[in-house]
Amino acid sequence: MVRDTLTGSRIRERRTITGLRQADLARQVGISASYLNLIEHNRRRIGGKLLVDIATELGVEPSLLTDGAEAALIASLREAAADLSTAGAELDRVDEFAGRFPGWAALLTASHRRVASLERTVGELSDRLNHDPHLAASLHEVLSTATAIRSTASILAENDEIEPEWRARFHRNLNEDSLRLADSSKALVDYLDDSEEVPDRRAAPQEEVEAFFAETGHHFPALEEGSLTPDQLARDRAALTTDAARAIAGEALRQYASDAAALPLPDMRAALGDLGLDPAALAAHFDVPLQMMLRRVAAMPDDLLETEVGLVVCDASGSILFRKQVTGFALPRFGASCPLWPVFTALTRPQVPLRRTVAQIGRSTACFECFAVAHPRARPGFDEDPLYLSTMLIVPVAQPTDRDVPEVGSTCRVCPRTQCPARREPSVLREEF
Amino acid sequence: MSRNVLLIEDEPNIIEAIRFLLSRDGWSVHTHANGSDAVAEVARVAPDLLVLDMMLPGRSGMDILRDLRADAATADLPVLMLTARGQTRDRDMAEKAGVSRFMTKPFSNAEVLSAVRELIGEKDAR
Repeated sequence: MVRDTLTGSRIRERRTITGLRQADLARQVGISASYLNLIEHNRRRIGGKLLVDIATELGVEPSLLTDGAEAALIASLREAAADLSTAGAELDRVDEFAGRFPGWAALLTASHRRVASLERTVGELSDRLNHDPHLAASLHEVLSTATAIRSTASILAENDEIEPEWRARFHRNLNEDSLRLADSSKALVDYLDDSEEVPDRRAAPQEEVEAFFAETGHHFPALEEGSLTPDQLARDRAALTTDAARAIAGEALRQYASDAAALPLPDMRAALGDLGLDPAALAAHFDVPLQMMLRRVAAMPDDLLETEVGLVVCDASGSILFRKQVTGFALPRFGASCPLWPVFTALTRPQVPLRRTVAQIGRSTACFECFAVAHPRARPGFDEDPLYLSTMLIVPVAQPTDRDVPEVGSTCRVCPRTQCPARREPSVLREEF
Repeated sequence: MSRNVLLIEDEPNIIEAIRFLLSRDGWSVHTHANGSDAVAEVARVAPDLLVLDMMLPGRSGMDILRDLRADAATADLPVLMLTARGQTRDRDMAEKAGVSRFMTKPFSNAEVLSAVRELIGEKDAR
């Protein structure tokens, strides 16, 4: 059914709401009732003066009766249907549904957005509960102390004949544990309160560094120009609150400065203009290692690239050392990442560049071209095992139409992909809730 | 002769409460507070039943359990595991590692006593 047919359904809907009979509206706008009936059942197209007249009689703007007014609504409905494709929504009648029942359609799309938001929250909380060391330690402390109090109190309550020295010891224990519970509960509440007020609460130095880079757009003019040293930059930033964060940031900034010295911004600007966003060609052009070019591309200012890009650097254990977020490619904050990412595949083939198009499934599946390479962290000496890093540039691309794209996730706990050979643990999104 | 229970737990007041509880019930209770040498302690005490906390300093209760199950001498030792982490996946992991009973904190004294008695009863019935 073509989009044009929406208008008729909307006219019928509005007329019914206003309580007008079909014959009365037809007479008011100078057409026959049977012709209006055809229009309302989407069997005749309508536009021009007749549309304006009908809109006037119905007391609405003509645009509300035309197709464009509900385009966003229809797009949202399609998105909702795609996210739950097994529900069997009649996609071929989505226009008709939106036109005839705009209120219900709006309710459905609002609910869909709400579910998406809640799923994200569940994912984040699950991620935090499982991997935030501070929260895990706090909860463990509270539960252990509560257990000690419960056991001790039960002994005192249920045993009338306890030796005085045992009774005194248990009373002392109860006093100690009650104080501990008060302290640990307060600390936990303070922590959670802070989390409410500061949505991007940073539980680890690496998170501080990530936020610091994100605030600058991963681009540092002072390092490009040489007006500040990496250590000065790391030391002066209020966003870096701990020595550990400043140390990690300092190392990342020294890497940045080294890359910028080898690949100056004006040269990169010119090469990107000539060669486009082709990391291999750019690396060959400058005769630099591929991983350096991947990092450098990710450090370009927003106006230089036609698209945003992401970057992930991990070590041989799979731990993510550095990341630049890119819209649509979820990088878990605490938990272990999806082992299907090309950055991890590259670790199985050191020094071999990998180029993979993948679709990260989740709330909205999106496609990305990933360029990855594993490389020694430093030049190894004789009889030394090299320490490898793997670097991956993530570039959003359109969904290819000529082939299937391998699916990857973010982290198992929030990944809806079933039958995944790489799954480590059940997802909280579909299986357990 | 009373039966031996070894309690490996790092929380002193929980140790004290459980020791009192089990002693009153006729058990001979040995305690240990560290995970790193827990397997050696099990070998030394040779308990009839082990009460094992999951989160211990030095080594996790889960790793200790795996070691015990891999040793023929302790493969069938009844193990009651205590934990503040009651998530399904923790329980699944413990069951895969061969736990006899899994109990989440905060538990009641009656639950502990009941679990210990049942586990010993099951062992005697084997």
